[in-house]
Amino acid sequence: MDISREKLEWIYTTMYRIRRFEETMLEQTFKGNSMGVTHPSDGQEAPPTGICAHLTDKDWIGSTHRGHGHCIAKGLDTKAMMAEIMGKATGQCGGKGGSMHIADFSKGMLGANAIVGASIPLAVGAALTAKYKGIENESIGVSFFGDGASSQGVLHESMNLASIWKLPVIFACENNGYAEATPAWYAVSADDIASRAEGYGMPGVVVDGMDVFAVYDAAGEAIARARAGEGPTFLELKTYRYHGHFHADDPKKYRKADEEEHFRDRDAIKNFEKRVTSQKLMTAKKLKSIRDDVEKEMVEAVEFGLNSPMPDIESLYSDVYVSYSNPIQGLR
Amino acid sequence: MTTQQSINPLGPGYEGVAGKELRFRDVFRDTLRAEMIRDEDVYLMGEDISGGFDRDTKEPLDAWGGPFAATKGLVQEFGPERIRDAPISEAGFVGAAIGSALTGLRPVVDLMYFDFVTVAFDQLLSNAAKSRYMFGGQTRVPLTLFARSGAGTGHAAQHSESFYSMLAHIPGLKVVVPSDPYSVKGLLAAAIRDDDPVFLVNDKKLINLTGFVPDEDYVIELGKGRYMRRGEDVTLVGMSYTSITCQKAAELLAEIDIDAEVIDMMSLSPFDEDILIESVKKTNNVVIVDEDTPRASMSSEFAAVIADRAFDHLDSPVKRVTGPHSPVPYNRDLENAFIPQPEDVVKTVRHMLGRD
Repeated sequence: MDISREKLEWIYTTMYRIRRFEETMLEQTFKGNSMGVTHPSDGQEAPPTGICAHLTDKDWIGSTHRGHGHCIAKGLDTKAMMAEIMGKATGQCGGKGGSMHIADFSKGMLGANAIVGASIPLAVGAALTAKYKGIENESIGVSFFGDGASSQGVLHESMNLASIWKLPVIFACENNGYAEATPAWYAVSADDIASRAEGYGMPGVVVDGMDVFAVYDAAGEAIARARAGEGPTFLELKTYRYHGHFHADDPKKYRKADEEEHFRDRDAIKNFEKRVTSQKLMTAKKLKSIRDDVEKEMVEAVEFGLNSPMPDIESLYSDVYVSYSNPIQGLR
Repeated sequence: MTTQQSINPLGPGYEGVAGKELRFRDVFRDTLRAEMIRDEDVYLMGEDISGGFDRDTKEPLDAWGGPFAATKGLVQEFGPERIRDAPISEAGFVGAAIGSALTGLRPVVDLMYFDFVTVAFDQLLSNAAKSRYMFGGQTRVPLTLFARSGAGTGHAAQHSESFYSMLAHIPGLKVVVPSDPYSVKGLLAAAIRDDDPVFLVNDKKLINLTGFVPDEDYVIELGKGRYMRRGEDVTLVGMSYTSITCQKAAELLAEIDIDAEVIDMMSLSPFDEDILIESVKKTNNVVIVDEDTPRASMSSEFAAVIADRAFDHLDSPVKRVTGPHSPVPYNRDLENAFIPQPEDVVKTVRHMLGRD
C-alpha cells in the first residue's frame, strides 16, 4: 500500500475523532448542553478523511449543515467546536454560529453552511482566487455536499463555471442515500449522480464512500489533476449516515433495519482496523493508544465547553460589518 | 495618492477645484479602471462584460463594451482574467465572487439589470451578508456589486425595478445609490475599497447625464447624505434619480416662492439619519420622493426615523411621493405615470403648505 505510516495514523485518528465527536456531541445534546440543532455525520467518516488527507491549510473546503466531520478532517480544534455547539464565548465562532456554521479560515475551512448547496460556489470562488494568483499547485477548492444538494441549481451552475474556467475544484458529493427523510432513489433522476459530470465536461467517479482507502485513492488522483491545472473532478462518495437527519430524528420511521446493518457491516473504521492489522501496517496496540488519546480529547472538549463563559450580550451587535458594529441605535 | 473625503454641502461644482463636465457612464468606467490599476486584487465579473469572443482566436471582442458600455475598453487593458465574462448563472458567479472575496480578492460584479438580483439572492443574503457575523468576525467579504434600476426606458416589468429597499433590509450589506457623475465616482471608489459587501444601484435614467466631476481622487463616505440645495420651507428627500426629480421640483416651487431644501441620501444602508433630522428641524415639513414601491421601503423607513427623532418639529404629516404598489408597466404613458414626477412633488408640497 502506498500510504505512509504517519498518514495511516492520521487517517485512523481523524475517523475515530469524527465518530467519537459526533457520539459525544449527541450525548451532550441530549443532556441539554447544546443550544440548538445538530446534524451528526457518524457513518460518513471516510469521505472527509480520505479527501482531506491530501490537503493543507492553504487548500479551501466548503461544507454543509452536516459539517463536523469536514471540520475535524480539516484540522479544526475539537474544544472550540464543542464550545461552539454549546454556544460559548470560546467557541470557534464566539457562540454566534453554532453547529451549522463552524468555520476556521486559518485552516482553509470556509464554513459549514445551512442552505443546502449554498457553499458550493464558495469553493469554486476559492479556486478562482488560486487560479487568479497562479497558485493552483498549492491551493485548491473542495466542495462537500450531499445527494440533496445535487438537485440544487447552484451546483449545476458551479460545475459549469469550474469546467469552462478550468478551475482547481473537487466536487465531493457525499451520497448518504437521504435528503432529510427523502430517499435519493426518489429524488435523484440518475442512478449515479457522478454520471452528470460528463455533461459538464469533467470526470465523474463513483467511489465506495465506506472505504477510506478507495476515497483516498480517488481523491488523490482528482486532486493531482486539479493541482496540475487540469480542472475539476466530480466524486460521488456512496456512504451512509448512521443517525437520523438531525439529533432528534428517528430514521427507523423511514429506513429499513437491514439497510443500516448492511452499512454497519461495511463500517469505515472497523474495516480500516481489520485491514491495517491483517496487513501488519499498524498494531492493535497502536490503534488502541490512538483511541485512548481521542477519548481523553473528547472528555477535555466537553469540560472545556461546559466550563467556558457565555458570550457578552454586547457581541449581539459586533461583526455585522467590518467598519462599525451597530449603525442603528436607540431602538430599545 | 491623496483622498478627498469632504463633500461640498452644496454639491458638485464648487470653486477652486480642478475638474470637468463628464458623462455618468464614462465616469463609471474610468472609476472602475482607476480602482483596477490601484489594486491588482480587484477584478470584474459579469455577463457580457467583455462583449463576445472571436470564434477563431478565442480572444475577447469587446463588441458591446459590457452592459450599457460600463466596461468598454477594459478587457483590452486588463485581459480576460481580470475582466471575467460569466455565463448566465447569477447564483453561481455571485457565489464564486463571494468565495474569492473570502479568500483574498476584491471582486466587482456587474449584475446588469437590478431585477436579476433575485436570481442570486440566496448567495447575497446567506453568504455575502452573513459570513462575517455567523463566523464570529473571522472573515470579511470585500465584494462590490452593481446593477441598473429604474423605469422610463421601456424595459417593462422585469427590467425596471428599484427594489433597493430589499437589500437595505439585510444586516451585513451596504447599499449606495449615486445620483450624478460626482457621486458615482466617489461612491463606486468607496464601495470597492470597503471591506464589507456593497451594492451600488444606479438608475438607468442617470447613465447618459453629464455633470461636474473633480479630477482628484476622492471617495464619498458610505452612510452620508448631502444637501443639493438649501431652503427654509420644506425638505425634499431624494435618492438615486429622484434626487434630480427633487431638484427640478425645487426649481418649480421657487417660482411660487416656496423655498425647498433638497437632500440626496446617496447611501441607503447605512443611511444618514442626522442630515434628515437636521433639515426637518429647520424646515418643519418633509416630502420623501422614491421611485421604489411604497410598502416596507426606504421612504417608509425614513418616515419612521423622522417620526421618531423629529416628531415635535413637524408642522405637517410626513408625506411620500413614490411609485404605486404595482409592477412597472410597459406603455410609455403608464410608465411615466408610475415614475414620481416633479409636478407630483410640487402638488404634494403645495397641499402640505396650504398653497394649492
